[in-house]
Amino acid sequence: MEKFGFSILKERHIDYDANDKSIAEYISEREPSFRICIECGCCTATCTTGNFTSFSLRELQILIKRGENDKVRDNIKKCMLCGKCTLVCPRGVNTRNVVTLAREAFENEIENAV
Amino acid sequence: MQFDPFIIPFEIGLYSIVIYAVVRSVMWFRDLSKQDKLRLQRGFFGRSFGRSIREIFMESLIHRKILKANPRLGYMHMSLAFGWFLLILFGTLEADIFGSSHLNPPYKAIFFKFFNPDHGRTGFEAVWSFIMDFLLAFILSGLILAIIKRVSSRVVGMRKTTKLKPLDKVALISLWTIFPSRLLAESFTSGAYGTGSFLTGSLGSWLASFLPANEMAYPFWWLYSLSLGTFFVLLPLTRYMHIPTELFLIFARNSGITTGDKAGAFTEMQIYSCSSCGICIDACQLNFSTGITNIQSAYLLKGIRNGDNINDISFNCLMCGRCDQKCPVGIELTPIRMIRRRAGETHPVEKKLLERYFPDKPAVQLPKANGKPSYNFLPAIEPGQADVVYFAGCMTHLTPSIRNAMISILDASGVKYKFIDENGGVCCGRPLMLAGQDKEARELINFNSQLILRSGASTLVTSCPICYKVFRESYYLNVEVLHHSQFIRNLIDDGSLKLNFLRKKVAYHTPCDLGRGSGVYDEPKDVLRYVSRLQATDADDENSLCCGGSLGNMKISYHQKHKIATDAAAILTKDNPDILATACPLCKKTFASATKTKVADIAEIVAEAIVQPNPVRNVADTQSTPLHSQMPLSTV
Repeated sequence: MEKFGFSILKERHIDYDANDKSIAEYISEREPSFRICIECGCCTATCTTGNFTSFSLRELQILIKRGENDKVRDNIKKCMLCGKCTLVCPRGVNTRNVVTLAREAFENEIENAV
Repeated sequence: MQFDPFIIPFEIGLYSIVIYAVVRSVMWFRDLSKQDKLRLQRGFFGRSFGRSIREIFMESLIHRKILKANPRLGYMHMSLAFGWFLLILFGTLEADIFGSSHLNPPYKAIFFKFFNPDHGRTGFEAVWSFIMDFLLAFILSGLILAIIKRVSSRVVGMRKTTKLKPLDKVALISLWTIFPSRLLAESFTSGAYGTGSFLTGSLGSWLASFLPANEMAYPFWWLYSLSLGTFFVLLPLTRYMHIPTELFLIFARNSGITTGDKAGAFTEMQIYSCSSCGICIDACQLNFSTGITNIQSAYLLKGIRNGDNINDISFNCLMCGRCDQKCPVGIELTPIRMIRRRAGETHPVEKKLLERYFPDKPAVQLPKANGKPSYNFLPAIEPGQADVVYFAGCMTHLTPSIRNAMISILDASGVKYKFIDENGGVCCGRPLMLAGQDKEARELINFNSQLILRSGASTLVTSCPICYKVFRESYYLNVEVLHHSQFIRNLIDDGSLKLNFLRKKVAYHTPCDLGRGSGVYDEPKDVLRYVSRLQATDADDENSLCCGGSLGNMKISYHQKHKIATDAAAILTKDNPDILATACPLCKKTFASATKTKVADIAEIVAEAIVQPNPVRNVADTQSTPLHSQMPLSTV
C-alpha cells in the first residue's frame, strides 16, 4: 500500500466491503420512502425518546444505509413509535414504518441465524 | 309413505348441515373461557333471550340495519333471507294442513307440489298457493337484484362489492339456482295438472302449451334438490357460514361477551359471522380517497378464515372504526384487527378439507420472550403532588399552541394542577399497541402509571384523544380520566371559567379515538356551542371522518395521507366555516396543510374566548408576563 504520510482515524473509516447492507435493502424494498431521506435531522430534533437519551433516528438511518448494523441493533428498540418524526419530516418519509421494519429485519436476522 | 329418489341430495345436505351446526356450536362453546361460558348460560336462560330472538328476527331476517343504510341493498338481503324463511314456514304449515299426515319430514314441505300436484284448485287451498307464489316472487325479485349487483354494484347503491374465491362462487351459483329451479319445477307440474297460482300457474300453462310439461318437470325437481344439497354441503367452507354462525353470535353478544384484547372463541365466531356484504368497503376512506380496495375488514376476516398471509392487510388500516359503525352484523372489526396485529407476522397455511370443516382451537399467542427491556434508559421523574394533573402528550408538544392554550385555560380557571410532562413526557403506549408491540407498550404504561400514582392525582386531563383512549382502556389507574374538552365543559358548568361569545362559524371534526373510539361526542360540541356558532356537517358523530394522519396505518405514503386529509377537510368545510375545530393535536396538524380554512383545537378557541380581567399594564410589564397567558389565537 502506498504511504501517503498520513492515516485516517479508525472511527471515521467506512469499510463498504465489510458492511452488511441487507437490513437497508430489506427496509427500502418495503418502504421506498426510506430512500428519499435527506438526513436533515428534524426527526431527531422532535424525538420523544431523544429527550431522555442520545437516541437519534438520523444517526441510525445513516448507519443502516452504511451497513453498520451493530450500532443500530439495540438502539432501534428505544423508539416509542409516537409518530412525531413522521409528522415533521419535510420529505414525507414514513419513519414509523422504517423503525418497525428495521426491528423486524433484526428479529428475522436472529431467527435465521439459529 | 311417499318417496322419490330425487329428494336424496336434499336430505343429505339438510341433515349434514344440521349435524354440522350442532357440532360446531358445541366446539365454540367448549372454546369459550370459563367466565364467558357462565355469561352465555346466564344469557341464554335469562332475560336477554328475548332480546336475542328479537335481534335475530330484525337483523338476520329483516336486515333492518342494511335497510336503513341502503334500502335497495337491504331489500335484496331481506327478500332472500326473510322470503326464504317465510317460504319454509308457510311450506311446512301447508304440508301440515293439506298433506296426508301431520308432522311431516322436511322434504314433504320443500317438495310439496311434487307430491301433491293437484293441490290449490279452490277456496282456501288457492289462497294458500297464492301466498306461496307471492313469496317465491318476492325471493326472485331479490335474486334478480343480486345478479345485477354482481355485474354492476352501483345499481344497489354500492361503490364496490367483494371479490369471491372459487368455492364461494360455486356456492353462490348453487344458491342462485335454487329458486329459479323451484319456479320451473313447480310451473311444469302446475302446467301438467292445471293448478298453481298467478306465478307458477300462468307460467306453467304457458310452458305446457308448447312443451311436454309432465316430462319436463322431473329433471327440474332433481335440479332443485341438487342445488339445495350442494349449497348445504358447501356452506361451512364458504362465506355462507355466516348464516348459522350469526345466530350463535347474537346470543353470545347479548349475554355480554365482548372481544376484549385476546383471541378466542368469540373472535372466531365473529370472523365466521362476516357475510362479506361489502358495506365496510364502502365506508372505508382508504377506498374512496386513495382507491385502496383490498385491505378492508371483509378481506381481513376472509384472510383469517382461509389462513392467508394477511400481514399487509392488517397493518394497512387507519383504525378509524368507521367500518365497526357500519357493519350490519355488529362485528367488532377494529379490536379483531388489533388482535391480529399483535399476533405478528403470519405465514399462509394450507388446510386440509377436514381442517377446513373443523378448524383447530384458536391458538393463544404467548408474548415473545426477548429478555431485555427496551426503555430502561427512562429517568425517574418526580411529578409533585396535585389533585389535577395535566398530561399533554407527544402530539400536543408538537403543536405548542394547544399546550399554551390549555395552560392559559387552567390558569384562568384557578384550578390547582401539575403539568406532569411539561419538559417532554413519555409516550402513552398506544402508538406501540397500534403497531402490535404490546410488550414494549406495557413498559411505557408502567412508567406513566407510576408517575401518575406518585402525583396522588384524582383527575387526569389530557389533550390528546390517543392518550385518552389508552389511559381509559389499558391503564389500571384509580383516577378520573378526562379529555380537555370534557374538562373545559366541567369548568364552564361550575362557573370557574368565564368565556366571551366569539362571532365565528365553526365546523367540528370528531377525532376517531375520541368519538367512535371512546364515545365522547357531546362534550366538545357543547363547549363549541357555548363560545361560537357551531355548524352541522355531513360527517357528524358516528359518521365522522378520519383526518388521515392516523398512527394506526403503517403502510400508506405521505401523499395518500394528504389525499385523505384533503378529501375529509373538503367535506367538513363545505359550508365555509371560519374555523375548522378539532379536539386532537394530530388531526389539527394533519388538517392544517390540507385546507385553506383556519384549523384550531377546541382549547385554542376557548382560550381566545376567555374574559380578560383587563389589567392596567405598562410597556415594561409585557416582557415579564409569561408568554402563554397573553397569546391570542390569531398569533399562534
